[in-house]
Amino acid sequence: MKLKSTLENYVFVLPAAIIFIIFYVIPFIWVFQLGLFDWDGILPTKTFVGLGNFKEILFEDRIWWQSMLNAGWITVIALTLQNALAFLLAWACNREIKLKNFYRLIFFIPPVLSEVVVGLVWQWILDGNYGLLNGWLVQMGLPHLVRNWLSDPNTALTTVAIVHSWKGFGWGFLIFLAGLQTIPQELYEAARVDGANAWVCFRKITIPLMIPVAVLVSMLTVLGTMQAFVLIIAMTGGGPAYHTQVPVLRILASMRGSSRFGYACAQGISFGVILVAISFIQYRFSRRSRQV
Amino acid sequence: MKTPLYYKTKKVTVNLIIHLLLIAVAVTCIFPLVWMVSSSLKTQETIFKDMSLMPKEFHFENYYLAWKEGGFGRYFINSIVYTVSVVVGIVIISSLAAYAFSRYRFPGRNILFVMFMAAMMIPIPGSFVPLYVLLNKLHLRNTAVGYILCMINVGLSTSIFLLKTFFDKLPRELEDAARIDGCSKFGIWWYVALPLAKPVLAVVVVFNALNVWNEYILALVIFDSKPLMPLQVALMTFQGEFITRYPLLMAGLTITALPIIIVYFLMQKYIVKGVTQGAIVG
Repeated sequence: MKLKSTLENYVFVLPAAIIFIIFYVIPFIWVFQLGLFDWDGILPTKTFVGLGNFKEILFEDRIWWQSMLNAGWITVIALTLQNALAFLLAWACNREIKLKNFYRLIFFIPPVLSEVVVGLVWQWILDGNYGLLNGWLVQMGLPHLVRNWLSDPNTALTTVAIVHSWKGFGWGFLIFLAGLQTIPQELYEAARVDGANAWVCFRKITIPLMIPVAVLVSMLTVLGTMQAFVLIIAMTGGGPAYHTQVPVLRILASMRGSSRFGYACAQGISFGVILVAISFIQYRFSRRSRQV
Repeated sequence: MKTPLYYKTKKVTVNLIIHLLLIAVAVTCIFPLVWMVSSSLKTQETIFKDMSLMPKEFHFENYYLAWKEGGFGRYFINSIVYTVSVVVGIVIISSLAAYAFSRYRFPGRNILFVMFMAAMMIPIPGSFVPLYVLLNKLHLRNTAVGYILCMINVGLSTSIFLLKTFFDKLPRELEDAARIDGCSKFGIWWYVALPLAKPVLAVVVVFNALNVWNEYILALVIFDSKPLMPLQVALMTFQGEFITRYPLLMAGLTITALPIIIVYFLMQKYIVKGVTQGAIVG
């Protein structure tokens, strides 16, 4: 009777466990194995190269590090511009009672759309010859500002970063807004009674209470932005000349472009380690900020 | 001495600035979509010259052409099939597992649950590489089944987490009553637990549906043959083949975006809930 009951319990978790082991655990182990080999993905034989792939990533693959810097730049813009906008809007919306739900509805439209849709629509708007943006600039008498936004090496990366921020700020906005709503109104009322003005309330109540939320939002932003790449495929495909390459795009290129499966896995591991390190540092940082 | 009028004007000005900011951002959020729809209604000749938001004539035949000639009808159905299969799979599999994790004791329970949660935290960039190799070995690459199973796995951990958190807080009285009445374990799960979990199941359904509908990279790696492709991959392929056929591309984009926007407007409540809950997880 007891045995039957235990077996029944296993039936509950069995489908999830089987799928998880086949499609998560096994590929996870394989990444670490394949990273040590040179393999084209087709031949039954793999050549063992030890840490050779990692050595190549570290010392020879300049495009890889360039792609890392590019992702870093996009992340910097997302952390500053996108999150500042998200916080500002959440703060403004939190004051606004009547239309709060309307704005919340609108601001989260970009995040629910797919990166392919967003990328292709913006590519059309930013098109150098026929794009709406350049058309407007000419109409407004600013033809000297006209650019090939996505194929000019000087503007491509930042343009991509701004579109990424446009697509992503809704996440931070929702989380900040939820955070602001948990601050008890009594705190503000008490401060008012004590003679504090709006600015002092903002600085002494809102900001300190929102720091944990801000740390959380920035953790999510960093992890999300460093790994973003589909939007870039849709907008520039990584060009012009590697100027908008990001790490995951390099992994895809190693796999599909040069058929180096082992190298692609090694790149994946290197990048994964960096991401885990970043989130660990941020986690420590957030623990400290909570103690204050 | 500052008069009441001073405070009133100041308040009105601040409110005005705040409103202008909010409206400006709201317009920026919607405008690209309006431009997408507007472009989809122009012709191949007018689209490169006509900068107006309102086309002089509405060429709805672009949608017909995209649906038939562009093949988006086919891709649309593919996307529907993948989305529905994955969501149904995730709801059943994750709710079974989450219920057992929450209610039953069995050897290996904790280690298994910890593994699911670790999978949620650890990023594997480029996981499409080993998945490609795996599906090749299983002879499931370039098949709908292979893609659906991969996508079920993608949504599994988070769904189990959300459902288990819900079941943990759920009082057990109803389930106990059902058990005393002679209901089997599976009967309790199906007739008692699942109906009670409707609010959280809605979150699970909406998030996974959006995720599958919008998924690009696994579909790109897994499918070679066009008739199996979902919309996202088909859009990129179409754009690569017919670089200048913008009206049809924009019609295809609208066809892809519209279901998402409708679902979002209808299920908005659950999306907000999911984001704020999910954020606490991370």
